Amino acid sequence: MSTTQSDGAVRQIYDPVAETPTSYRRDPEGAHPPLSYPGYKSTQLRHPKQPLLYLPQTITEVTGPQLQAALDLKPTDSDLTLQAAGEPIGERIIVSGHVYDTEGKPLRDTLVEIWQANAAGRYAHRWDRWAAPLDPNFKGAGRCVTDADGRYEFTTIRPGAYPWGNHYNAWRPAHIHFSLLGRAFTQRLVTQMYFPGDPFFPYDPIFNSVRDEAARQRMISSFSIHDTRPNWAQAFHWDIYLRGPGATPFEEAF
Amino acid sequence: MIFEVTPSQTVGPYFAIGLPFDGQQQIVPEGTPGAIMISGSVYDGRGEVIPDHVVEFWQADGDGAFADLHGYGRRSTLAGFRGFGRSAEEDGDGVYRMLTVKPGAVPLSAGQEPGRPLQAPHIDVTVMARGMLHRVVTRIYFADEEQANAADPVLQSVPPERRHTLLAQPTADGYRFDIHLQGDDETVFFAV
Ligand SMILES: [Fe+2]
Repeated sequence: MSTTQSDGAVRQIYDPVAETPTSYRRDPEGAHPPLSYPGYKSTQLRHPKQPLLYLPQTITEVTGPQLQAALDLKPTDSDLTLQAAGEPIGERIIVSGHVYDTEGKPLRDTLVEIWQANAAGRYAHRWDRWAAPLDPNFKGAGRCVTDADGRYEFTTIRPGAYPWGNHYNAWRPAHIHFSLLGRAFTQRLVTQMYFPGDPFFPYDPIFNSVRDEAARQRMISSFSIHDTRPNWAQAFHWDIYLRGPGATPFEEAF
Repeated sequence: MIFEVTPSQTVGPYFAIGLPFDGQQQIVPEGTPGAIMISGSVYDGRGEVIPDHVVEFWQADGDGAFADLHGYGRRSTLAGFRGFGRSAEEDGDGVYRMLTVKPGAVPLSAGQEPGRPLQAPHIDVTVMARGMLHRVVTRIYFADEEQANAADPVLQSVPPERRHTLLAQPTADGYRFDIHLQGDDETVFFAV
């Protein structure tokens, strides 16, 4: 079964039972940042110095949790502008996209968790002491589960950039933190979504820890006039790709 | 067409806004028969506890069945068994405490023919923190499962002098498993 997406691409619909992968494609070299990256100073005491050992993808790695029942999600969990008595200050935005695997198959019923700073770049976290105002109407956290097409959607406030202590005059480009469980332990991903054209990109060691230019571009959302709501909200689109089925079954690999 | 994966980025210092959930460290409900506590800390290269860690468990129940909904193997029938636990606090004492049951032996792969060897009881663990650009993955084995451990293909693939870093040690109420990101006793981490 296939479906034509809004961008014209034809993609297969995921059948969760018949198409449950028995092994996943291992990420190619350079797909993720190195665990040791001197430009991001805190990595230096927090990366293993021994090489990673090969773990075959056994049943433990190709299965994964389902937290929907435990989380009991409500509509306000995915609308960060409706979580307090009043409306948060800032530019209202819709952030949406699909969660696919690397074969382009949508991942349905998968948990997407986000957290972010407010419009001034301040987190509602007691350790964030930056001298920017807190917004009593903005907690900055959301959750949703992808629909049958693998689509997620959040309504939120565009986060501000913020300074941090890594080096002199260090600022993080504006970003939203994303956490995905996928369908299998091996698909687990935590990342950050950035906004197009951010002037801080060239100076941020976390963004640039992804050494491949094309890979960095995959962390940047795009402005979407199509998804905007007239007289209501701007919109940014961001698709997320988790690893897909691989060709190396367990018995061959180990 | 093959797409490339979205790259990982650090969980950063402020994940406690978004990641905790009620009962996150209860892999089984309180009062579950045979429940144990697995606890431990995460240490950096100076041997200092990282209090703002994210530690996640994924495991089978005592019968070796998973709480997985994707049609794999046998589905766990243990009441309230989640199979998943998460420690993600900003202001705790730096000790994770997962209420769980000791996992049973599980096959290597789903649909494995009867009679083939099983894996020793184990738990898959994800560790993330500020200063870590990608998660690291390790496995908990149990020090008192000597026979099963001796036959486990993953554990036996680890150099003998490092195997002890994967062994949870018995305590009064369960097991202790500390994670060392660096140092003389650096935990074995896996590429998965
Ligand atoms: Fe951040």
